[in-house]
Amino acid sequence: MLKQSPTQWLASLVFLGIAIAAPFLLPHNMAQLVDLMVFILIALSWDMMGGQMGYNSFGNILFFGIGMYLVASIQVMSGGYSLAEYNSAKGGNLEAFVLSAPTYVISFLVGLLVAAVLNFVIGLVLGFQLLQTRGHYFAVGTLGLGVAAGEFAGTFDILGGGSGMNFVQPPEGVDLTNLLYFTGLVVVVIFYMFLVWLHKTRFGLVMNAIRDNEDKAEAMGLPTEKVKAIAWAVAGAFAAVAGGIYGAGKNFIDPTEVAFSLPTIGVWMLLMPLIGGKGTLWGPIIGAVLFQLFKEFFWTFLFGWQRVALGLLIVIIVVFFPDGVMGGLKAIRQRMGANARKTEEAA
Amino acid sequence: MMANQPLLSIRGVSKHFGGIYANQDISLDVPKGAIIGLIGPNGSGKSTLFGSICGYHPIDAGSITYEGHELKKLRTPEIARLGLIRTFQQTHVYEEMDCTKNMLISRPMRHGTVSALLHHPTAEDCERADELLEFVGLSSKRDLLAGSLSFGQQKLLEFAMALMNKPDLLLLDEPTAGINPTLINGLIDRLRQANERFGVTLFVIEHNMRVMMNLAQEIHVLAGGKLIASGAPKDIQNDPKVIEAYLGGH
Repeated sequence: MLKQSPTQWLASLVFLGIAIAAPFLLPHNMAQLVDLMVFILIALSWDMMGGQMGYNSFGNILFFGIGMYLVASIQVMSGGYSLAEYNSAKGGNLEAFVLSAPTYVISFLVGLLVAAVLNFVIGLVLGFQLLQTRGHYFAVGTLGLGVAAGEFAGTFDILGGGSGMNFVQPPEGVDLTNLLYFTGLVVVVIFYMFLVWLHKTRFGLVMNAIRDNEDKAEAMGLPTEKVKAIAWAVAGAFAAVAGGIYGAGKNFIDPTEVAFSLPTIGVWMLLMPLIGGKGTLWGPIIGAVLFQLFKEFFWTFLFGWQRVALGLLIVIIVVFFPDGVMGGLKAIRQRMGANARKTEEAA
Repeated sequence: MMANQPLLSIRGVSKHFGGIYANQDISLDVPKGAIIGLIGPNGSGKSTLFGSICGYHPIDAGSITYEGHELKKLRTPEIARLGLIRTFQQTHVYEEMDCTKNMLISRPMRHGTVSALLHHPTAEDCERADELLEFVGLSSKRDLLAGSLSFGQQKLLEFAMALMNKPDLLLLDEPTAGINPTLINGLIDRLRQANERFGVTLFVIEHNMRVMMNLAQEIHVLAGGKLIASGAPKDIQNDPKVIEAYLGGH
């Protein structure tokens, strides 16, 4: 069970302070900061399944992509435009499709809300089916889901087909990166507080019980199927919000390269909790921050070899640091405690 | 506690895996308030019968009723929420959680609703968890991870977790296996107390015949998937069919 110590509350406040100040301190890195908020969201979201419940999902990219398409579509429709007309004009006269600043912002926020609700429902429906499988079977099943989603999305001409879809251009008066960043930050704070609360309830304990011994949890009368499906639905809702923010930041949706990109975002979302330490509240957050730093470093200084470097990083983490940063810190604390006891005994 | 009407009734239950019959036409009752034993050589179908009762695998024929509920129509968590809890031959605890959390998560849940999952443990829950850990002699281990306990201690923790669930019927699969022999008498006392003090009906699989003779009021014997004898411990001990099943006719 995750519990917040006073130190962790203090760390939360410090993190929040830094996060609020970051756009003012790093005004030229806003795109990276928006990505960071998205990464924290998808890392926390993936960890609800993979870390807290031991269900390794490769399919959360499904929610991410659906969220992206939903937000883009709702923004287009909020201006009274038809999706088919908008997408058939791609690359041509997108300037003709204009939204007022208030409509742009409101439709973006409404889009995120709709994406969250709809993906919660999708998560529930899929969860009650897919989560009847366990272990590798679940992982492979969700892998199929992620792969199929991208190909499937590319078949809809109304959504731009295989060549993708643009987001509506932000009108004058909308500071897009600030809007995305602070929306992302608010959602991160909501998600974090929700997780802190959830893990004080029996629901949080049941999630961990499923991870430790699902047969036992069932034998004790715990409604494991419901908990698994609801947890996946919640994870799906937040992944969809992350997708909406990410898409608006990139300004373009490619069905397989951006929205449902399994080799990039689809893998990164499980890599980040591994770096930070899965199954912990702070692990996915620390993992997302470190991952973003590594990624920017590799993309800036090792361009051309950046994916090789990232691949090597994955291998190093899995082999040498399977419990991530949080696991490493715990081991250090335990070692220090053991040393202190030895010193006391010697004295 | 005196035995009276059946709490669990098993009638004509058969279960096969491929061509092998694990249980064949088994009928027996577990009266309310009793301590009933189930013995038999390895592979005789004891754990399979427990698995069938708890909904782990569908039975091929017969019926299992518990307080008027036909169990073969229910899934494992639903059966547990009726107050029928089992422990396992190999220990099943939540290894990455400490003993206290193992206890708190085991508090009774009679409805599988989501709202029932959103409650925080009460002070009363914590007190009961402490009491039961003390009852099984694990109060000094309450903050240790369950996975760090020895096999025998995990067995005791599993027993305490089962009691935390306030069961009406507790199915214990080899409760003394792996327990230090010097502690077995204490465990027998605790099992008896669970029956008398907490009013829990016990249905126990056990290989340790001394434990069974001391504990059970009635014993059922399985061999080759069939029920070959039922009766008081003394009668069972001298039953030629039982002796033959264990010693192979020598």
